[in-house]
Amino acid sequence: MTATKDDFLNNPLGKNTTLEDVLDGFELLDDWEERYAYIIDLGKQLPAFPDEARIEENYVHGCQSQVWLIHHYDDASGRLYLLIDSDAMIVRGLAAIILVALNGKPPRDLLATDIDELFERLDLFRHISPTRGNGLRAMVGKIRDIAAAELADAAD
Amino acid sequence: MTDLSVVSTTRRPTFDVEAIRRDFPILSQQVNGKPLVYLDNGASAQKPEAVLDAMDRYYREMHANVHRGAHTLGDRATVAFEGSRETVRNFLNAESTREIIWTRGTTEAINLVANGLAPRLKAGDEILVSHMEHHANIVPWQMIAERTGAKVVPIQITPDGELDLESFTSLLNEKTRILAITHVSNVLGTVNPVAALIEQAKALGIITLVDGAQAVPHYQPDVRALGCDFYAFSSHKLFGPTGIGVLYGKAQLLEEMPPYQGGGEMIERVSFERTTWNTLPYKFEAGTPAIAEAVGLGAAIDYLQGLDRQAMETAESALLERANQLVETVPGMEIIGTAKRKVPVMSFKIAGLHPSDIGTLLDQQGIAIRTGHHCAMPLMDFYGVPGTARASFAFYNTLDEVEALFTALQKVQRLFA
Repeated sequence: MTATKDDFLNNPLGKNTTLEDVLDGFELLDDWEERYAYIIDLGKQLPAFPDEARIEENYVHGCQSQVWLIHHYDDASGRLYLLIDSDAMIVRGLAAIILVALNGKPPRDLLATDIDELFERLDLFRHISPTRGNGLRAMVGKIRDIAAAELADAAD
Repeated sequence: MTDLSVVSTTRRPTFDVEAIRRDFPILSQQVNGKPLVYLDNGASAQKPEAVLDAMDRYYREMHANVHRGAHTLGDRATVAFEGSRETVRNFLNAESTREIIWTRGTTEAINLVANGLAPRLKAGDEILVSHMEHHANIVPWQMIAERTGAKVVPIQITPDGELDLESFTSLLNEKTRILAITHVSNVLGTVNPVAALIEQAKALGIITLVDGAQAVPHYQPDVRALGCDFYAFSSHKLFGPTGIGVLYGKAQLLEEMPPYQGGGEMIERVSFERTTWNTLPYKFEAGTPAIAEAVGLGAAIDYLQGLDRQAMETAESALLERANQLVETVPGMEIIGTAKRKVPVMSFKIAGLHPSDIGTLLDQQGIAIRTGHHCAMPLMDFYGVPGTARASFAFYNTLDEVEALFTALQKVQRLFA
């Protein structure tokens, strides 16, 4: 299957599940077990990822697990839509958190979002090894590169 | 012939693991609010107080450059540095300290040998490694194969994670020049019958190298009993400092090999017309060496020699045995590497879980393991996994820690269920 425009636009992360939902959700968590159970649950919301998109150009380097990322820029609305996949469940959950913060935004808004601040607020970095943190940054870096490229294209 | 002879000198009458743990200051701390359970010894082992003290004392009382001989501090540093070389010689039962080369670690030692043997190789020659090698014992050979037209050929392994001896015998032929094999697998824990392999290889005039990185933390190798031409290991896995390792090599081969790096120390005389090399072992030790680290490694070996090695081995076997018993308490858990002879290393997978998920959630519970491909991608391909989770034990680990690991794994498994 190839990813259609609808697959991108129907991604619930950032649409049905919002950043506010996640922030509220985290408020209620007491310990690491609940925190990770919640992250794992968020990961289950990632939509199916097309098999043929698992190619080198969509691969996110720098993660311990395999991470894939594709995007669709919607000319009509000027918004950037993302799909992410990983074979590790915690990484899927962290990708879901990135998506609620960044998915479906105009590139300019996306680039203005301080994702580090969000992770600080969620107290995620403290619970994530530096290696895993690097993987997160790699994912965010790739998304920001895509947004910057779309912004440059739009300006042409 | 035994491939892992154990010399035991007894100081402590019994193996008191709690007393031993007090020798390792780093172990008595909390991680993520839980007592640290350090089970990543295969990646790097912790250091006893004796090593920390030796290095501290070295810098406080005797540091200067070695082999310069103009003053007292330089003499003290040289005595300590060369004393450690003698400690290593004794540890390996090598004939002479001329055969003990300091390197940065196992990786550099193997690169040194590969580079030194390259002039002997020609197109079509074969270098035999195994399918369970660490990349450090594959890539340096591939690099010289590329240069010389030689070929790197892997010995097959069995699904249990043992070396396939029929494959080994069938691959030996008149083109085989080098056998480079790991003593103990870093992923599987398998102890390979290296003495027997070396004997067969030697009969055909093949040069042999043993990667001892994972063996020395558990056994004391006797290079003369093994009969190998080269034996390499790293200090940091042997409870010593990082940044230093050892290459044992037979003097005659080392003499014949060209130097690896050029610079100070490794020369006899330098002129723009002609430069000549220093004698062994200095010919291979260009530049100022890791002096404090050599001293630290010597202290680590002294410390180990003061333990009851036999009792230590028994205690380590008990850890692995207990771990094996507990596997069935974690639904979906499967051990990768079930060789008959193993050091206490347990690679595993849990159905439906990625190794990195397991590692992250164990860390939350204060338990340190390694996850990933363990620098052994061909082996991961053999088992068809992206990576494994690996708990690797040392003599300072306890049965309680083994049980803590399994309690934590049960929790991880429940969290994902």
